[in-house]
Amino acid sequence: MYRIAVLGDRDSVYGFAALGLTVFPVEEETEGARLLRRLAEQTEEPYAVIYITEALAAKLEEEIDRLRERRFPAVIPIPGVSGNTGAGLRAVKKSVEQAVGSDIIFNN
Amino acid sequence: MAGTHVNPTRMELTRLKRKLVTAVRGHKLLKDKRDELMRQFLELVRENKSLRERVEAGLGAANANFAMARAADRGAVLDTALLTPKQEVQLEAGVKNVMSVEIPVFTVKTRTPDPNDIYSYGFAFTSGDLDDAVRSLSELLPDLLRLAEVEKSCQLLAAEIEKTRRRVNALEHVMIPDMQENIRYITMKLDENERSTQIRLMKVKDMMLREAIEERRARSAEAAGG
Repeated sequence: MYRIAVLGDRDSVYGFAALGLTVFPVEEETEGARLLRRLAEQTEEPYAVIYITEALAAKLEEEIDRLRERRFPAVIPIPGVSGNTGAGLRAVKKSVEQAVGSDIIFNN
Repeated sequence: MAGTHVNPTRMELTRLKRKLVTAVRGHKLLKDKRDELMRQFLELVRENKSLRERVEAGLGAANANFAMARAADRGAVLDTALLTPKQEVQLEAGVKNVMSVEIPVFTVKTRTPDPNDIYSYGFAFTSGDLDDAVRSLSELLPDLLRLAEVEKSCQLLAAEIEKTRRRVNALEHVMIPDMQENIRYITMKLDENERSTQIRLMKVKDMMLREAIEERRARSAEAAGG
């Protein structure tokens, strides 16, 4: 059985707690990196999906890139209360560029 | 190839020819794999894009609702209402194999039998705004999970496509031309060797013939003289 985690600043994540996702209010870079690594390596009740606010994801790019090619967990950036920075769509664009060589989906 | 040294022997030639056949077949297979991966990827990435746009819009709205709720209720009330959840979402994670790339498939399991059982608080002490906020978020949950599935698949597929493309290119532009060049070199060298053997033989034959003629001439002169 896999669980789902939500990482980010308090205001952005606590709504998810009501839905039954596991929330971890964290804003600070080193703490976030440590937490992300711990969640990714955890074998007892592992996390299959980790949602992470764009603001925090921007600070943890290195850690997230390390998890990119692993099957679990899926690290998915979501917009937080501070608004949509477009980082999520940029990540999709990056995948397209990696696969195709140039961006053919978003170039309008 | 000019740089590497190959032995111009018949054995090396057969070995190279066999290798070339394997390489050409591998190249064709990998090219097919790349094309199919690309087709699947483009399909998924289009879904990924539209899902992400929908989810981001939905989350924006949900966040706005939560902002309203925060304005209506005190922080402590919200904490007690939200941070002791009644519902728990768990995932059953399966694996789907797409051209030897294993992509995740999630099925959702909720702890309580009714997945809409999300209000972890009595309605007496909280505002209606909070109910709206929680509901808008819970409606978004299936999309969020599908997004996780699709986006991870896209990342995995993209990595595999990149790897396959490199292999195809290496075979097409380096390995196969090199081998063809080597095969040509060996064939030419072998032909050349054969020609020089032939010439040598012809020369030897000439020499032997001349010797024989001279010998006979000498003998006939001797006979005429005697």
